[in-house]
Parts: sequence; C-alpha cells; structure tokens
Amino acid sequence: MTKITPDVVDHVTKLCRIHLTNEERKKFTEQLNQILTYMDKLNELNTENVEPTSHVVPLENVLRKDALSPSLGSEKALANAPDKHGEYFKVPRIINGTE
Amino acid sequence: MTDIGKNSKDAKGKRQYEITIGLEVHAALSTTTKIFCACGTKFGEAPNSQTCPVCLGMPGVLPVLNENVVKYAIRAALALNCKFNLLNKFDRKNYYYPDLPKNYQISQDYLPIAHDGCLDIFLSSGKRKIRINNIHMEEDAGKNLHAGDTGLLDASLVDFNRAGVPLLEIVTYPDMHSVGEVEKLMTALRDILMYTGVADCKMEEGGLRFEANISLMPFGQTDLGPRVEMKNLNSFKTVIKALNYEIRRQEKSLRQGEKVTQETRLWDDKSGETSPMRSKEEAHDYRYFPEPDLVPLVIDEQLIEEIRSSLAELPASKLERFCKDYGLSEYDARVITSSRALADFYEEVAAVCKEPKTVSNWVTGELQGILNEEKRDIGDCPISPEQLAELLSLLSKGAVSAPSAKIILRDMFHSGKSAKAIIEEKGLSQISDEKDIRPAVKHIINTNTGIVDDYCKGKEKAIGALIGKVMKETRGRADPTKVSQILRELLEEEKRSR
Amino acid sequence: MELNELTAHEIRNLLESGKTSSEEVTRAVFAKIDREDGQIGAYITLCKEWAFDRAKTVDRKRKDGQAMPPLAGIPIAIKDNICTRDIRTTCSSKILENFFPPYQATVVEKILASDMVPIGKTNMDEFAMGSSTETSFFGVTHNPWNLEMIPGGSSGGSAASVANDEAIVSLGSDTGGSIRQPAGMCGVVGLKPTYGKVSRFGLIAFASSLDQIGPLTGDVEDSALLLDAICGHDARDSTSVDVPANHAKALSGSISKNIIGIPDEYFVGGLETEVETAVREAIKVLEGLGAKLQRVSLPHTDYAIATYYIIATAEASSNLARYDGVKYGYRHKAEKGLSLSEMYGKTRSEGFGVEVKRRIGLGTYTLSAGYYDAYYLKAQRVRTLIRNDFEKAFGKCDCIIAPTSPTAAFRIGEKIDNPLQMYLSDIFTIPANLAGIPAISIPCGLTRDGLPIGLQIMGKAFDETTILQTAYAYEQAADWRTITPDGNKL
Repeated sequence: MTKITPDVVDHVTKLCRIHLTNEERKKFTEQLNQILTYMDKLNELNTENVEPTSHVVPLENVLRKDALSPSLGSEKALANAPDKHGEYFKVPRIINGTE
Repeated sequence: MTDIGKNSKDAKGKRQYEITIGLEVHAALSTTTKIFCACGTKFGEAPNSQTCPVCLGMPGVLPVLNENVVKYAIRAALALNCKFNLLNKFDRKNYYYPDLPKNYQISQDYLPIAHDGCLDIFLSSGKRKIRINNIHMEEDAGKNLHAGDTGLLDASLVDFNRAGVPLLEIVTYPDMHSVGEVEKLMTALRDILMYTGVADCKMEEGGLRFEANISLMPFGQTDLGPRVEMKNLNSFKTVIKALNYEIRRQEKSLRQGEKVTQETRLWDDKSGETSPMRSKEEAHDYRYFPEPDLVPLVIDEQLIEEIRSSLAELPASKLERFCKDYGLSEYDARVITSSRALADFYEEVAAVCKEPKTVSNWVTGELQGILNEEKRDIGDCPISPEQLAELLSLLSKGAVSAPSAKIILRDMFHSGKSAKAIIEEKGLSQISDEKDIRPAVKHIINTNTGIVDDYCKGKEKAIGALIGKVMKETRGRADPTKVSQILRELLEEEKRSR
Repeated sequence: MELNELTAHEIRNLLESGKTSSEEVTRAVFAKIDREDGQIGAYITLCKEWAFDRAKTVDRKRKDGQAMPPLAGIPIAIKDNICTRDIRTTCSSKILENFFPPYQATVVEKILASDMVPIGKTNMDEFAMGSSTETSFFGVTHNPWNLEMIPGGSSGGSAASVANDEAIVSLGSDTGGSIRQPAGMCGVVGLKPTYGKVSRFGLIAFASSLDQIGPLTGDVEDSALLLDAICGHDARDSTSVDVPANHAKALSGSISKNIIGIPDEYFVGGLETEVETAVREAIKVLEGLGAKLQRVSLPHTDYAIATYYIIATAEASSNLARYDGVKYGYRHKAEKGLSLSEMYGKTRSEGFGVEVKRRIGLGTYTLSAGYYDAYYLKAQRVRTLIRNDFEKAFGKCDCIIAPTSPTAAFRIGEKIDNPLQMYLSDIFTIPANLAGIPAISIPCGLTRDGLPIGLQIMGKAFDETTILQTAYAYEQAADWRTITPDGNKL
C-alpha cells in the first residue's frame, strides 16, 4: 500500500528544510512507505479509552525562582557562529517575513 | 483618528458591511528573568549580551519554567475574569525563522492556562463586554534586523536578547465591530496589564504587540466573510492604521464584486499598506506536540485564591469605590483612577486629610499642574502623600489660606521642606483673629473711598474688589471669609451713617 | 596484566594502597589507545593533556591525604553527544563537526566532582540514531571481538572503548537500547537508568522523553559505582527526579527471595538459538542461586518498535530543527546571493547523514497536519499500554529477564541499507525506554563464532538496586567478565 507519494515527500522535506536529490527522493519515498506500512500495526489495537503518555516521570510543577544568573556574554554566544557581524549573528537576507 | 468602522456607509449614509474584528495581544511580562532561563529581560542591552545556552537553543540544554510567569499569568487571568485550566501543558510550535533559536517555540496550545474570560469597554452607547477566548504563556523570539536597517545589502542580522522573554498571549473572540471598539479594548487591556503589575506595556520596546483578524460581510448575512489576519502591529496607532487600511481595501474589493482572500497579511509601517505574507503552498503546519522537556503544571486553587486576594483592585471597581466612598464625581474619580500610582497617592492623602473632595481638587489640580510643568510623574513626585496631607489639613483648619497654600505647595515641591516649616519661614500662617484683620479692613475702606461710594449707592458687587485689596494688603494671609464678613459689617455701618 | 585491563574498583584498591597512581593508569589507557584505536575507532576526540593534568591533580590530592570519592583517578570515556565545555562535541555529525560547547553537561560536572579523569569523546551513530555505529560522520567503530563486526550502537564507541581496555569505564546514552545493545555485543556491562534518574542537561537530545545517560563498564560493581556518581536531582532538568542513591553498597544483597519474571514475548521467532540458549542457561544459574522464576506476559511487546519509531522520530524532528546554520555548527558555504531558505536546505542536507534525514522526515510527516492523531497520539496511547504491561508484570515479579538483542553483533554493512531491518533489531531494548524503567545488559556467553551475548534485566522504576543485585549475583556465579576480546581466559 502506498501511503506517501513523492509530492508528500516534497511537502515534508520543505517543512523540515531538507533538500533531496531526485534519487534520494525516490529512495526516501520507498523507505518511508515501507516503515509507515509497518507502523500500521498499531491500528490493530483499540486505544479508545487509553490516556496518551507524554511523560513517564511522576513529576509536576517543576519551577524555578525568578532570580537572575549571569548571561554568557555576546562573545561566547557568538563563538560558534558560522557567520557574524559585530555582535550580531548574520544570516542571508530575510524577505517580507517569509524565508 | 477617524473611526472608519462607524463610517462604512454607502452614498445614502447606510452602512453596507458589518465588520468583525478579533485581536491577539502579546504582552511581555515584567519578570526579572526569562521564561525558561535565568537571563535578564532588560530592553536595550548590547546585542546578544543577554543570552545563554538555553535561550540560544544550544544542543542539549533544557528549559525550566520561571514561577513568576505562572503567577503573573494567573493575575492577568483573574483580572480578565477567566476560567482556569488547572492542568496545564506546554507544547512545541514548530516553524523555521532565524529569530527562533530552536526553530520551535514553547507555547501552550492544547491546555492553555486560562480561557473564557471577558472585559468591559465603555462606549458612548454604554458598556460592552468583549469576550476573551484564551490566555496562554509562551516564549518570545529574538529580533531580526532586516537588510534595509543594517546597511548590509544581502544579509539580515539576529539579536537573541529578546528570545525567551515571557509573553502572555491574550486572544479575544471576534467581538469588535469597529476600529473605535478595538481602540477601547486595547486601552482597557493595557490598563489592566499595567494595573496588575503583570506587564509594562512599553510599546516602543515591543512590550505590547498585536495581531488582528478582520472580516467584512454585507449586513443581514450570517456567515462571516473570509478572515484576513494581520501581523506585525506594534502599537495602538499601527493597529488602527492597519485596520482602517484593511477595511477600505476589503470594502473596495467587495463593492467591485471581487472576493476577499482568506490570508495572512503583513503591515508595512513605511508604505502604510498591508501585503500578503505567505504564499499558499507555504501554508502553515506548526506540528504542535507536547513539550517533552517540561512536566505538567498543575495550578493549585489555593494559589489562585492567594493571588486573587493580593490582586490590586482593577480600574473599573476602583472607579466605582472612589465615587461611593469618597463622594467624588465620576469625572474626578476617573481622572484619579486612570493610573494606579495616582490612585494610591490620592488614597494615602485622603486617609490623613479627611476631606476627600479637597484632596481630589488639589491632587488633580494644583499638584498635577506642577508635575506637568516639571515633566514629572506622580511616581517620582518629591512631595510625599503625608506632606500633602499635612498642608491640606492646615488649610481645612484655617491655619493657612488657599492662596498661601498654593505658594507653599510649590515651595514644598522644589525645596522638599514641610508645609509647617515653610509657613514658619515665610510667615504665611493665616490671620483669622478679628482684631488682627479689622485694622487692615479699616485701612482699605479709608483709602478706597471711590469703591466704598459705589457700594453705598447700592452696587454691592463692589465688595469683591475691596476683599481683593485686603487680601493683597495681608499678603494673602487673612482668612477670606472673615475679611468679607468684617468688610460687610463696616460697609453697612458706613452706608447707614450716610 | 596491564593497569588498563583492570576494573575501576580493582584500580581503586591499588590507588588507595599506593601501589599505582592515576597518572600511571591514564598512561596505560593512552598507550592502548595509541596502539589499537586506529583499528577500533572508538574515539572521535581525545583530551590527553587535560586527562594527564587531572590525573596528576588527583594523585596530588590523594598524596595530601584528602578523602577521595570511590572513582577518583579513574579514566572515563564520554559519548560524544554529552557536552564538554570547550571540548569539541560533535554527536558524530558533520553539522556539529566544530562545535565547542560553552557549558558542561551535568554528568560531566558530576564525574569531575568525583575526581574522575575524562580521556576523550567516543564515536556513536550520528545523533544516536542507529544500532551499529555505522552512521557516524567520523567513520565506523569496529567490534573488538571481531573487527568485521559492528560494535552495536548507538554508544558503540563507549562500549568498544571499555571492551578493548581503551577506557576503564565510559558514559553512553540510551534512547531505544543504545547502551544495552552495544554493551551486549561488546561483552561489557551497560545500564540504562530509570528515566529521570540521571540529568539530561547537556545531553544532546535525540528523543527527549526517552533519552537517558548511563554507565558502560567492565563489571557490575563498576556500573553501580558510576551510577552513584552521576545520578541525582538537577535543577536544570525539569524531568529530573530526586531519589537517594547508594547502589554500590547494596550490591551484594541476597537475591534468594527474588522473583524473576520470564516474559513469553521475548522468547519468540527471530531470536537466534545460540542467544536463547545462553539466556536460558543464565536463568538456570539464577534459579540455582535461589531466585524464583515466574512466567509473565508483556502482550504489547510486538507494538513497541512501531510506537518507539513514531515517538522518537517525531521528537527528533523537532529537537534537530535547531541545526540550521545560524547560531553554531555547519553552514553551507554560500556562493553569493543565497536565499535564507536555500541556506537552510543546503546546510541541513549536507550537514546531516542519510539516517538522520530519514528520521527527521518520518517524524515531520507523522506530526504534520492530518496525521498527528493517527500516528503520534496513537503511539502515545500504545505507550500507555506498554507501560501497563510492565506494571502488571511487576505485580508478580521483582525483575524481568530477557535477551538484550535477538542476535549477536552483525557484519558491518549488513543492515545499513535496510532501515526497517535495523530498527527491528532493537525489539527487546525499546520497551524499557517506552516504560521509563531501568534495565541492564550483562555478558552471558559467547556464540560459536566467539561473539558476546547479552543478558538483559529490567526492573521497576527507580529500583536499580534489584537489577544490579541480580546482575551482580549472576556475574559472581557465572564469571563471564574474565573473558576478554582476545579470547584468553585470564
């Protein structure tokens, strides 16, 4: 059963900002289909009245005081930056609120 | 500013389209530190100096929630009459943008802290309730400096100082039907946020930002028209300008029989226009899912009650109380309660000097006048409430005259001295003993025979001029009531003797 | 016998009696690395200077008569997804090839506070996504028992470094078996603690609700000692739990009253006969030590892999979104006029390897509009069913015994082009991650080809003590730890 077409793969790779070559795209589509078909296994289970688990730890209300600690400072903050300009991170031009 | 909503009429003066507007308000909370790390939230620091691995989204670091963010959110929710979700969760909102360090924003989607509240706005037609859909906590993004502002042609710059500053997003229902209503709502909301101490709402610092959605439909139709969302509205003025622009644009389309597209538009302050923000194939898919790095937040009802009882009185109820308890006119009460600092100042003075109306006159009149002249705020008024209360008590006891009190107030403002000290120093205590006033009155009668003649001929109003002269003679220190009483007595004597 | 071939607690005795120094042990470790790591490939980065510096400092402290923590002076290797301040931390990815964290992971602070001696950063599957340590940007790690075999993954470098005596102990991370599976395949002891027991602060996230740091060691006693050193509450990790720890002290407790659960679903088709035989032998040994055996059922085991790969990839797709060439890490070297979206796309396409991209894509798909309920939410519900299975089973037993993996180490390259096949090899380790419970893998034999077989013991949440006691009792009785990759019975 084919679940995803190359078009869906294009949508997904656009969402996660990954470019694929045509060959990669083809292989990727096949592999994702194979994996997703396997995942259909879960549909065998009736989970209607089952609460989802998002955390396994028995914790709630983990909070910290609103107390200041020293920041890193811009020099250290920028030390790993691929490109910078003065004290700023530098990126290709952003146009009209889109990327 | 014209209220286009109200003027959206056809040639015969009949409105053609009903306008429906909803707002999303982002308020930066006035906490000391960011929402998930211990970096400061101050505005205007050197770029990227207020950052750490957490708010820079470095690999392997984790968020820990600032307790004050929760408390402030509860405060705002109470002030906006919201219901609480006692079980709170945080979710990740995934999208790519250079100012978003992790390329996801920690927000609340599924279980926000509060929902279904309301607040009143006051229109000439009366009070109206605007409903709040929900309030949620989230982190702010950093700031992009676009090519035009950086002097670089092909690059934008990013400053993450603001990344992680706590935001409260307040989402209203589409309950507003004119730009005027939107303006009232924004003001009311800002007052509440500032009053409760939750946010500073400094618009020039981006402390209060808006997104608006608007739809137009012909009157009588029940389906709302296509919804246009507008982003990037960073001040009241911008919201108003953008809405007015959008109403005109959509009306024009509708009149020409065109369809309005459901879309997100970006306001450009420079051109004064909105333009579509994203092309359709980039349609949003935020892929929300529960934030695994934060555990659930369970709000304790006791905490809500504690905050409720500590919550500062809100402007609307304070207004009502001031009218009732202090017997102030609605106008005076509104002026005083317009700022929490002014209201607090008033109450402190009125607690000592038990003449609420006198206090109101002096606080809103003379004192406010001096503050305005000096370009200062009641918050940093050099005269303390106790000092003003002392002066006004002396005034009401008759120990000092009203004209003297004005001089004394000004002196207090500049010298910081007490009223008593100034009275002593300048000899401004009121002369209220008859035997001290009588000689001055006699002197004025003797030296102003012309005016006295007028009075005796029946021109009773002439007495006013004589009172003025006596006051001047006593350098304002004589008790004006006594002066007028003695004057009348002596003038009547004079009249009879003629 | 060389110093680097000893366990930490053995070295501790020598150090405390003044028979050796941390410097000497460190020297022995580096000598072995210099000689053999070229063939093994356990390390990405070595920090020799720092190591000797610290070793000397620790020796001086000891000489001064200061009270020393149990693991003081012991050389330790650190998986390269654990951040080390100012020391390159790559996650085996090109995208972090030159990343120098300005912060220290909490576990690193803790091992430093324990006076341990970090010697280097170990190889792993890129972003811990893999079961074979073949997806590393820095090349594969070879299994010390047979260089043509994978060492397991994703903590393959950490497992191989201990197995080949290139470290005394090491730290790994386990999201779906990444400590236990390579431990099993390299013949060492690997412990995945209860979720929340060890701080994740500074562990580069793969799947946040599943990741957990744990020890890889030569024997069970070292495992308990290292766990004691790294566990505990951390205010910087909201999912960190405050539980007191002294596992090493409780190690030799009797297991004669323990009930050991044997889950039906872990002894099924796909399990290699040799592995099954070894595990069943081990169970007999434990029975001989007085433990009671109890058949239990974990009926949703068969759904664990699908559940896991949905949850883990969804979280990963979001966790790995931050690698975009803006703040740190690799950025596509632009010819002029590159748009922002091209920069993102090229940076991420070039910076991530195939398996990482595949998982990001999968996770993005299952979270995207219209699919969330069918995949992510569904998987979270099945995760509840899997947790319930364990809860029920632990009503009848104190711990559960199973194989660590269905097979011993496989050949390098054997499964690399068949991702689903690779995923299926995690079948026995994944459920413990989904349930958040602790589990340990210890050696329990060798295949005819001379490859180690791992025995897995799973316990109740925060009850590491029972699984360590059981593992210790078995280890003392069976004595597989005296077998080394050279095949020489020492």
